[in-house]
Amino acid sequence: MILQVQNVTKRFGGLQALSDVTFDLPEGQILGLIGPNGAGKTTLFNVINGVYAPNAGRVIFRGEDITGKPSYEVSRRGMARAHQVVRPLHELTVRENVMVGACFGREGLHLAAAARKADAALAQVGLADRADQPSGNLNVAQKKRLELARALAAHPYLLLLDEVLAGLNPSEIASMMETIRAIRDEGFTILMIEHVMQAVMSISDRILVLDYGVLIASGSPEEVVNNPQVIEAYLGDPEMTARLMAE
Amino acid sequence: MQAWRRLGFWLPVAVMFVWGLLVLVMHHDTVRETAFTLFMFIALASSLNILLGYTGYVSFGHIVFFGLGGYFGFYLLSQHNWPLLPSALAGGVISALIAGLLGMAILRLRGAYFALATIGINEAARAFADNFSPFGGATGMFIQFSAYEPYGGPGPALWASFIYLWIITLAVILVSYLVKHSRFGLGLLAIREDEDAAMVMGVKAPRAKTIAFMLSAVGPGMIGTLYFFKNGNVEPGDAFQLHMSIEMLVMVMLGGMGTVLGPLLGAVTYVGLRGYLLTTPIFQNLHLAVAGLILLLIILFVPAGAVGWVRSRVPWLRRALE
Repeated sequence: MILQVQNVTKRFGGLQALSDVTFDLPEGQILGLIGPNGAGKTTLFNVINGVYAPNAGRVIFRGEDITGKPSYEVSRRGMARAHQVVRPLHELTVRENVMVGACFGREGLHLAAAARKADAALAQVGLADRADQPSGNLNVAQKKRLELARALAAHPYLLLLDEVLAGLNPSEIASMMETIRAIRDEGFTILMIEHVMQAVMSISDRILVLDYGVLIASGSPEEVVNNPQVIEAYLGDPEMTARLMAE
Repeated sequence: MQAWRRLGFWLPVAVMFVWGLLVLVMHHDTVRETAFTLFMFIALASSLNILLGYTGYVSFGHIVFFGLGGYFGFYLLSQHNWPLLPSALAGGVISALIAGLLGMAILRLRGAYFALATIGINEAARAFADNFSPFGGATGMFIQFSAYEPYGGPGPALWASFIYLWIITLAVILVSYLVKHSRFGLGLLAIREDEDAAMVMGVKAPRAKTIAFMLSAVGPGMIGTLYFFKNGNVEPGDAFQLHMSIEMLVMVMLGGMGTVLGPLLGAVTYVGLRGYLLTTPIFQNLHLAVAGLILLLIILFVPAGAVGWVRSRVPWLRRALE
């Protein structure tokens, strides 16, 4: 198991954001995390990569207990993340942004090696021709790719992708999906939050469903879309399920 | 190293080197005094730039390191008869250590809260110097005339302090460049742009910020010692002048924060302007008001400063202007 989340609970004041969440992620899989808005998906990411410490429970990464470790310690152990709300380092060029990932990620590369790694990661996500531009000049789709390149350049064991498809148009989604598949084929383990159902269903090996901070279902895409609880909480409509599986 | 060949590095270094050399060749007291003031502010502004420009933390009390380092160095010099250079180095080291301790406490704060804390520290340091009897309390300390003897009298001693200042200024600019073009510096820039995202990418922000704070305190500590040696005395009112902190900010912002050349350009421009204002009757008492106005105008219209503005307008100059 590359990641084990055990009985994780997170409260913000009176709000129970995560209740007793437990799951395992084996190496080499893509695990999709779905659920309605406010279900606690991003909070779960924040607990896993050390932005928040959980109130209870443990996070085990590659056999090591990383519960409550600061996010930079988690990053160096080989976990990288692409944010839902893109966070480019505006004044830095696209290449410099990705170099930060390479310099301070798992491999901790030096500048020259990081620059080479950055160029490779940018080529992989299709941003090579933008390398020397300030990252603030990119459009939303390009910023999403930049987030992905930054995470990839860290050469992590585990990649956390938080809605990298959100806000993209259908053709951008299709090309981003190709990129993600290619990344998986290189052997990265991926945990992804996604709202674009066709995408997450077609790409994930397994799906977790979170609702009001509680894990209400987990299993293969087929199992999950046919689960009555999931249909009620999230998908909303049995016919939608049929459509999803047909596509 | 390829970076060493770059013009962006050689330009500021060559300017400072030739300038200092010219002052030595001309061997004129007035020229030396003017250069001393300018070099001092260039080094102070370049030091502050490591914190303000690279790391993105606004310190309104950076002069505290000039004051405390200067006080400590001057104490060794005047009370324990240490030679000038070791005293200055000790002043720099103590400044860095104080910055390290302070940094661990106040670098947890962000934005306006950090800025407010730095103002408080300046006042606290002044109160400390006012009441600490080994440092002479409110009257401060004086230098014995005999302290100038190893340099061949007061005149040559002033030349010696100028030469040390010249070397320290060159060293500060060198460090500023090396930091900017290092892996460590990339981490600082990432912190400046988005500290939380930087940490998610693996930048050890608490440690990096503390080291940046310490680096930005070394130069002021050494320069404080030289400055008070040149003056022959040190007292709390001279050592901890809040308005000098603000003037340092104006210099960095004016020249272009986050650039190597900017603080140099900003310091020269601002000191020149201040000299003009101080000698013009209408503005005599208003030079700080003008400084405030300049700061306001820069922040509103040219937040990147002169060098940043040119870099964004004239792409081919980017290599030449760091």
